[in-house]
Amino acid sequence: MVLFVLRRFLSAIPTLFVVVTLSFFLMRVAPGGPFDLEQPLEAKIMENLNRAFGLDRPLIEQYGRYLLNLLSGDLGPSFYIRDFSVAEILLKGLPVSMTLGSLAILLALVVGTTLGVIASLRQNSGVDYAVIGFATAGVTIPNFVVAPLFQIIFGLMLSWLPVGGWNNGAVRNIILPVIVLALPQIAVVARMTRASMIEALRSDHVRTLRSLGMGQRVIVLHALRGAILPIMSYLGPTAAALLTGSVVVETIFGLPGIGRYFVEGALNRDYTLVMGTVVVVAIFVLLFNMIVDILYALLDPRVRYE
Amino acid sequence: MDRAQFHIRDLHVRFRTQAGELHAVKGVSLSVARGETLAIVGESGSGKSQTMLAALGLIASNGVVTGSATLSGQELIGASERVLNTIRGATVTMIFQEPMTSLDPLFTIGQQIIAVIRRHRKLSQSEARAEAVALLERVRIPDAANRLAAYPHEMSGGQRQRVMIAMALANRPDVLVADEPTTALDVTIQSEILALLAELQRDMGMAIVFITHDLGVVRRIANRVAVMRYGEIVESGPVRQVFDAPRHAYTRALLEAEPGGTKAAVAADAPVLLAAEQVRVHYAIRSGFFGRAKRVIRAVDGVSLTLRRGETLGVVGESGSGKSTLGRAIVKLAPASGMIRFEDRALVPLSRAEMRPLRRSLQMVFQDPYGSLSPRMTVGEIITEGLLVHEPALSAAARDRRAAEALEEVQLDAALRNRFPHEFSGGQRQRIAIARSMILKPQLVILDEPTSALDRSIQKAIVDLLRDLQKRHDLAYLFISHDLAVVRAMADKILVMKDGLVVEQGPRDELIRHPREDYTQRLLAAATQTGFLAG
Repeated sequence: MVLFVLRRFLSAIPTLFVVVTLSFFLMRVAPGGPFDLEQPLEAKIMENLNRAFGLDRPLIEQYGRYLLNLLSGDLGPSFYIRDFSVAEILLKGLPVSMTLGSLAILLALVVGTTLGVIASLRQNSGVDYAVIGFATAGVTIPNFVVAPLFQIIFGLMLSWLPVGGWNNGAVRNIILPVIVLALPQIAVVARMTRASMIEALRSDHVRTLRSLGMGQRVIVLHALRGAILPIMSYLGPTAAALLTGSVVVETIFGLPGIGRYFVEGALNRDYTLVMGTVVVVAIFVLLFNMIVDILYALLDPRVRYE
Repeated sequence: MDRAQFHIRDLHVRFRTQAGELHAVKGVSLSVARGETLAIVGESGSGKSQTMLAALGLIASNGVVTGSATLSGQELIGASERVLNTIRGATVTMIFQEPMTSLDPLFTIGQQIIAVIRRHRKLSQSEARAEAVALLERVRIPDAANRLAAYPHEMSGGQRQRVMIAMALANRPDVLVADEPTTALDVTIQSEILALLAELQRDMGMAIVFITHDLGVVRRIANRVAVMRYGEIVESGPVRQVFDAPRHAYTRALLEAEPGGTKAAVAADAPVLLAAEQVRVHYAIRSGFFGRAKRVIRAVDGVSLTLRRGETLGVVGESGSGKSTLGRAIVKLAPASGMIRFEDRALVPLSRAEMRPLRRSLQMVFQDPYGSLSPRMTVGEIITEGLLVHEPALSAAARDRRAAEALEEVQLDAALRNRFPHEFSGGQRQRIAIARSMILKPQLVILDEPTSALDRSIQKAIVDLLRDLQKRHDLAYLFISHDLAVVRAMADKILVMKDGLVVEQGPRDELIRHPREDYTQRLLAAATQTGFLAG
């Protein structure tokens, strides 16, 4: 088991290296640079800026320097948000995004599987159709429609909750963004749970349980344990995406997460900021895939650690 | 007093399907008493399993059951799930055909057995555990106490079926329904499981309802038999009486469906078509930290054989013996070393491109007629696909003509060539698979268990067809099978394999009458007992 984790950990390093290399060079292929403004700067100032940030060096040298700095945990200074290092920016925003993301994933898992199980047990009933309808709506209606709608209903009309702001993570402030983030995931998880539960309930070993007089509760328990496996495979990468922030939700609710830095950084050619977010997202994706693999191995004895 | 325990009276099962109502079981009545074994025999789709599933309330949710099923006076049809759950697993239980999937793969067998015991009896965890160990010992699982912690995938098919039996008998039921419990197992294991069931019945005195398609099994274990077809019982009575003097035409047809006759020998001077010496297929399994440590699986380990034109070599063995790998190795679908000569060409050193023109002479037919035909192609397209490779110059019209001829040759209506595989039965699909290889006019056909997935009566028809094609085209067959009755009907020579090695090889009659090796004797004994080989 320890060996399994260690090996997965080691094999993540080359993947990370490839991701960093690709994004580094792709960023540089994009036309324009961090100091190209609407009003072009004087050539002399531009030259000084480029020298100050080391952008006058050959690309390969810049790349080598970036890698070396990365190894010591230094993500470099932001080119656009002056006087801040990328690490500072990300460390400030990450707790916000992670709080929202983890709560949304938890909500999706609990509500989604519950709805899916209920629907599978009452297949083709009113409850089942309601869950399927909700699942379809949840996936198709985009969050930039749901978010303002919630703000209008719960924020303005009912005045139950604030329409935005972080407010140091007060519960009242995070309810709406978490729900908006979770809704599409609840829908997907509910639909997946329903489908795999229906399959599991028809399986031979559930028939065996029924032939031995085991009750509904035991049957659901056995079926769910098998049905949860594909859902975990889905939730792993999804969790990584949610924990690293959502541009739309953070912008609409005015939250200081890291999701928006992706877009801002890319638009401003803030090389180091984009690279920083890429590294963080990549680490999260690799980490969650590893967690899923470990959980899989724990839940399914047929999966070997070797 | 009526000593019958379990009565079914006028049972009907109807399924609501999109194509309308399907009347699967039409008024079945039967009964079975303590200590007695009733066999229900029929081919697939006869309603034999649905009858018993319906009686125990285990039918699919779109099924409607009417009629009566009583167990010691308690009516089961229409009883609530709550009531049924106190009866199922306690007084009546069921074991199934699929030992691989009938146990939950995510729980240890100990957890599963203990759950069944504690569901119906007030025992503590440790008492139930002791009981579970005793049960596993009773069904002869070696090292029972330690095996409680094993997961189903760590056990063989035969052992899993033993665990199923242990679970079914955990609470000493009055009636055990066994639905084809040995069909998926090798003959020697099958024989052991049947012996175990008979022994447990003597000890515990339960009634057994044994559902099977296999008349040999019926002969061996049942007191009475009911023959089912199209959802009805066509004949029933004591086994001897029904078998010796069948009254219904269908029973007679079933009894005659066991493949009979033997193949005429080939001329001694027939040219050798295929010669193989010391064929080996070894697979290296990598494991260890960075995949350094290697373990070698010897799937085929030094097999030699010769096959003349017009001759059939039967390759017999149990699952895992390497018989299918040997077949694939000969046509270079598995990496082989050693010498394989087809006509005058050595096959082992040939590249894929060099091998391609030879493939039309070396065809293969597989076991699973459902998996081996593409569901998205018409039968005509499936059959003629090989012609696109081997006779690319052929016009579309000429190909279509060849497809029609090939279908007629396997006795299918040529007009069916625009249909898709799912519109055909298993036997028809196997004919399509045979037509696909026959259209290329091969010299050698490797038949890998071509009849194993089929009912007996259809098996017989396929055996007749294959023999007929062989005579007409002077074909050589390598016939791979675990079924000695079919091999005896097909082969000139028999090769027995075990663990990748040849156990024994010789002319058909000599090998069956005077097996030299212990393993061959055991295989034949098991086959004779379970009725694969009559007499």
